[in-house]
Amino acid sequence: MLARVWGCRGSIAAPGPDTLRYGGNTSCVEVRLASGHALVLDAGTGMRSLGVVMAGEHHSELHLLLTHLHLDHLQGLGFFRPLFTPDLDIHIWGPTSPVQHLSERIAMYLSPPLFPVRLEDIPSRVTFHDAPDEPIEIGSATIRAAKVTHQGPTVGYRIEEGGRTLVYLPDHEPALGSDLSTVPASWISGHDIARGADVLLHDAQYRDHEYPNHVGWGHSGVAATMEFARKADVDTVVLFHHDPYHTDDELEHLLTEAHAHWPGHADQVCLAHEGMTITLGNGGISRSRDDS
Amino acid sequence: MGPVTADPLGTPGTPKSLPLILARELASNLATPMFLLDPGGMLVFYNDAAALLLGKPFAELGEIPSGEFGAALQLTTPSGEPIRRRDSPSGVAFFERHPAHTTLMATGYDGVRHRFEATAYPLFGAEGEMHGVVSVFWEPRPGERDD
Repeated sequence: MLARVWGCRGSIAAPGPDTLRYGGNTSCVEVRLASGHALVLDAGTGMRSLGVVMAGEHHSELHLLLTHLHLDHLQGLGFFRPLFTPDLDIHIWGPTSPVQHLSERIAMYLSPPLFPVRLEDIPSRVTFHDAPDEPIEIGSATIRAAKVTHQGPTVGYRIEEGGRTLVYLPDHEPALGSDLSTVPASWISGHDIARGADVLLHDAQYRDHEYPNHVGWGHSGVAATMEFARKADVDTVVLFHHDPYHTDDELEHLLTEAHAHWPGHADQVCLAHEGMTITLGNGGISRSRDDS
Repeated sequence: MGPVTADPLGTPGTPKSLPLILARELASNLATPMFLLDPGGMLVFYNDAAALLLGKPFAELGEIPSGEFGAALQLTTPSGEPIRRRDSPSGVAFFERHPAHTTLMATGYDGVRHRFEATAYPLFGAEGEMHGVVSVFWEPRPGERDD
């Protein structure tokens, strides 16, 4: 399994000279499976560049796994070139809602006046699915979703292939102002799908001094992220969903705080950045070296 | 793996659903007694305010199977008639899957009898699935005390 980060910024795209090292595009991660299948995790603005690459390849089907429908996880969808490839099967998975079907909620964005093309006029064959509470198989991977604490219906995904596990929880506030070290594991949002993961991509939007002013906003402070990962017995933590107001330098201060929460394990904690690749295979886990 | 340390709270139990987790978070931050049942009827959490009612903290008792909860908190009508578990608000919410409210007397481990207004309601998820029951107890308003 190979994962590539195309966007890891949170809330809103933040391009500019202060975000060059880690990138300004919002959430989008490509996952390639041994079976040749391609998964796309979230449809943030990073999806536009991914679509340029994928449009040059031959795919009979693609799977887009949406964690939720906030714009920073959806905005790239309308600019994803494969969406406009006739006869391509695109399967879109997302959280259930008691009010509207997934397609109706996405159509609120893919329709005028917010977007010139209506969802129903998209040339590719799009099928919508509820995020799977029970494990499903896509190609060589087993995938499961779980509802997690954020603002509105939101899920995280666990992707297993060949004995390796990648977990994606980009928008997640399991602590909700509490100290996670005092909460039993079975009562922690997301713990079940994150347990024992080789690689966890997890929300770490706030530095420790910033989180108290953002309790309940749906995102994590770095202390909670690292405690969550510790309780879930995760091997490698990739800090994700960077605050749009954090410059590259500030992100590196945040990383220093994360390292302090996992003393002696600095090589197992890193900041996500655009272009970062993570390989999970028989030989273990490897990351592109420019992320250290 | 990351830094592995002894975690007395980390023993994985049955993972709780998100609605139940959020209900527990709410209960933990309220001064109103609140009990949570899981979809199997197990008492899986009560807050500190409810501990005053039961006479023992949750940390001491832990989760209580549905069949044993009646012994932990004995319920009667205000006139002293015993209330069967399935006729209590939480029993109605669990078995009949609709909210219920009543006035009752409750006696916990400390033997102290309290009068309460009790409301219970089932937690249904996005697809109508049952996640558990929330029971809330309110002390009587001024002038309604009988002790």
